[in-house]
Amino acid sequence: MSPLALAAAQGEEFTSPGKEDFWWPILGSDSSAWTLTRPAVMALVSVALIAWFLLAATRHRAIIPGRLQFIGEGAYGFIREGIGRDLIGSRDFLKFMPLLFAQFTFILLNNLFGIIPFVQYPTMSRYGFPVALAAITYITFHAVGFHRKGFVGYFKDLVPPGLPSWIVPVIFLLEFVDKFLTRPLTLSLRLFANMFAGHLLLLVFILGAEHLLLTGGPALKVAGVLSGVLAIVMTFFEALVEVLQAYIFTLLTALYIGGALAEEH
Amino acid sequence: MTGNLNLVGFGLSAIGPGVGIGLIFAAYINGVARQPEARGMLQPIAFLGFALAEALALFGLVLAFVL
Repeated sequence: MSPLALAAAQGEEFTSPGKEDFWWPILGSDSSAWTLTRPAVMALVSVALIAWFLLAATRHRAIIPGRLQFIGEGAYGFIREGIGRDLIGSRDFLKFMPLLFAQFTFILLNNLFGIIPFVQYPTMSRYGFPVALAAITYITFHAVGFHRKGFVGYFKDLVPPGLPSWIVPVIFLLEFVDKFLTRPLTLSLRLFANMFAGHLLLLVFILGAEHLLLTGGPALKVAGVLSGVLAIVMTFFEALVEVLQAYIFTLLTALYIGGALAEEH
Repeated sequence: MTGNLNLVGFGLSAIGPGVGIGLIFAAYINGVARQPEARGMLQPIAFLGFALAEALALFGLVLAFVL
């Protein structure tokens, strides 16, 4: 039982959940940077699970796919045709499929941990994980752009051709800030903020329901039941958000890579 | 009742991007409904615009916690 639940059971003042509820050290001290935490363990477990699933799905390949192969091929085809080919272009997209598919499956499973019973903690609600993922995207799409267009050519390509010369520095500055500063920030923050806020929302409804049911009067007990029902509804909403965020992250990675590769503006 | 006014500020700052994202996807859906074959061309534009508009809401969120 968490300290919050204990406090509620003893009829104390309700303390609303906050960012302290996201700190779950397993091994090590509270202040060390090398503490083994719950999300770190979950990220490792998720890699093992995905590897096991994909190996199992591709072990007995057949013309008529079995159930596992069907799911695996469906997921891969969805990313390959819906994101890779559409946004990067059929010439270059195969090179980036390992990155895109790995990102999608890793983020999807780690997000879904947020609503899987007894796990119920989205890994991405600790900011370090989205930062690492966004850094991979950031380095990839700039490296690809510099490789394709050359150092000067890549900067030249920031500004669309045919503009009056007095506006070129302004557009260059805007595009530079967007591509080099805003993109990595928003890419990581979007994932983090959605998972953080979603988990906090569920905590508020579930702990609130518990507190109202255990300590409230008859009228408050009704409110507690309503809060519990809403927690279930919100769990389904979270499932939607979690899948959507994994999709959007992969889509934006493909979009940024496609933009860096595009010849004409 | 205790709390932080920053969060009220974040709520206010989320209105603009919310309306903006709604407008972007409304235009995208309109475009695809009128011309379904243009979907592939419209999708990256719509999502690029969405990413830019949502950036403002995300900055609001960060500032609400940082300030």
